[in-house]
Amino acid sequence: MSPVLTDLGIALGRVGFVMLFVLNMGGLLTWVERKQSAVMQDRIGANRASIFGLRLFGLFHPLADAIKMLTKEDFIPARADRALFNLAPLVSVVFALVAFAAIPFGDVLRVGEREIPLQAVTLNAGILYVFAMLSLGVYGVMMAGWASANNYALLGGQRAAALMISAEVAIGASIMGVAMVYGSLDMMTIVRGQGAALLPQYLGTWIPRWGILTQPLAFVLFLTAGIAATKRIPFDFPEGESEIIGYFVEYSGMKFGMFMMADFVETVVIAGMTTALFLGGWQVPHLAADGFHFPWGASVPLSHMTVVILQVLAFCLKVSIMCWFLMLVRWTLPRFRYDQAMRLGWLGLFPLSILNIVLTGLLILGWPA
Amino acid sequence: MNHLVFFAVAVVAVVSALGLVLRRNPIHGALFLVVNLGCVAVLYLLLGAEFLALAQVIIYAGAIMVLFVFAIMVLIPGKEETGPDPLRSQRLLALPLGALLLFEIGLILSSSVFVAAPPSRAPAGPAAAGGIQSVGRLLLGDYLFPFEVTSVLLLAALVGVLALAKRKAG
Repeated sequence: MSPVLTDLGIALGRVGFVMLFVLNMGGLLTWVERKQSAVMQDRIGANRASIFGLRLFGLFHPLADAIKMLTKEDFIPARADRALFNLAPLVSVVFALVAFAAIPFGDVLRVGEREIPLQAVTLNAGILYVFAMLSLGVYGVMMAGWASANNYALLGGQRAAALMISAEVAIGASIMGVAMVYGSLDMMTIVRGQGAALLPQYLGTWIPRWGILTQPLAFVLFLTAGIAATKRIPFDFPEGESEIIGYFVEYSGMKFGMFMMADFVETVVIAGMTTALFLGGWQVPHLAADGFHFPWGASVPLSHMTVVILQVLAFCLKVSIMCWFLMLVRWTLPRFRYDQAMRLGWLGLFPLSILNIVLTGLLILGWPA
Repeated sequence: MNHLVFFAVAVVAVVSALGLVLRRNPIHGALFLVVNLGCVAVLYLLLGAEFLALAQVIIYAGAIMVLFVFAIMVLIPGKEETGPDPLRSQRLLALPLGALLLFEIGLILSSSVFVAAPPSRAPAGPAAAGGIQSVGRLLLGDYLFPFEVTSVLLLAALVGVLALAKRKAG
């Protein structure tokens, strides 16, 4: 096989893995949403969809949902701006999907002479890329609100835009602290930096230098702003399907489904970002490139392939745990009112993340090297 | 490959720029401008200026234009501006001024781009031009003073706007 074709195959594989991972997680989350809420509220939850009597804990419900949405009437209001109305769900979902591309899901995989970084695209400023894609998602909801020719939708779109802008400012400011600690905007470098030991002169090599320990304040701020950016409860006042209705009232069928999917995919992206920046990404504690090295002296040598597989599995596990946690928050808290969320964003999260940057800078300058 | 991407993006950029000028609907115009800014970001990317491209997307497309679209949505919900053009008298001036601008652009291009060996001012090396390291070094090293002065200027503008808005409301 010619090297060009091999390169192309590798590139397709990297992108394909991330694409399938995000899409499957997003689809699976619709099931998790139902089942987890059911468990939390002492119900059984969706379990009726079956194939030949096989129910599988309701796992076929996402499939049934997809068929339902695809076969529903696709209604466009008479006075709507048709082009923008059709474009809006696409914009929402596309920018959510491509955002995951810069998040590394494993270390470098070596096959023969080749070194393949396990990341869809390698970027010098990977954090900024994810951030840019998340911030472009606003256009989807604004276009939807405006193009529907419905005043409730327009107001919903404006609420959504105001919320997402305030959330993104806080996200951008809180990740700066992480970039300062690990000295890079490249997510691969940041994840590698988290493999070292925390305070080796006092604690030995017991505790890894994960972002959640070096930047605890940024972790809380990022997670809060991240939940706000996904527009889900407790920040769901842009939508509020049942009472205040939001930017996608006029949408039906699969276009409505795409807005739903964008929210779920954004949840996966926020979970992936949190994992990569604060939970050590693909790092397994005490696992180096040649196997486990435990602080009490024992070591287990492992082959390169085993290490890589363990790391990718660790990343998937951490993302799943974060998704579970985001669901937990979503089914626990009541909805914020619009002014409460705005006050939290601009007077709470944003000043605190600026404070975090200043404190981090002082600590880095004052820390004995 | 790079040439192919360049021509494709250049066509989209020109079409979206025309769309911005020719569409009467202000929301459509603003969205065309977003597309245009995105195309410019891709052009930066083709030149290897990764940081510049991402900054372009975050600041222009992701922040400034969102504010534009937001303001247009609040002020003109759905109605196109169909009344007579209030700036009709300026159309006479537009033609000579436009011609002057074109002439200037032509002059600049002919003196720098189309000469045999263009003067290279970009620093050579792996982190050349648009890399985040070199941008940071230039911004907080060589150009620290202008950089700080600009930030003071922006802060003054911010405070000024707030003061003016407060007075009108009170």
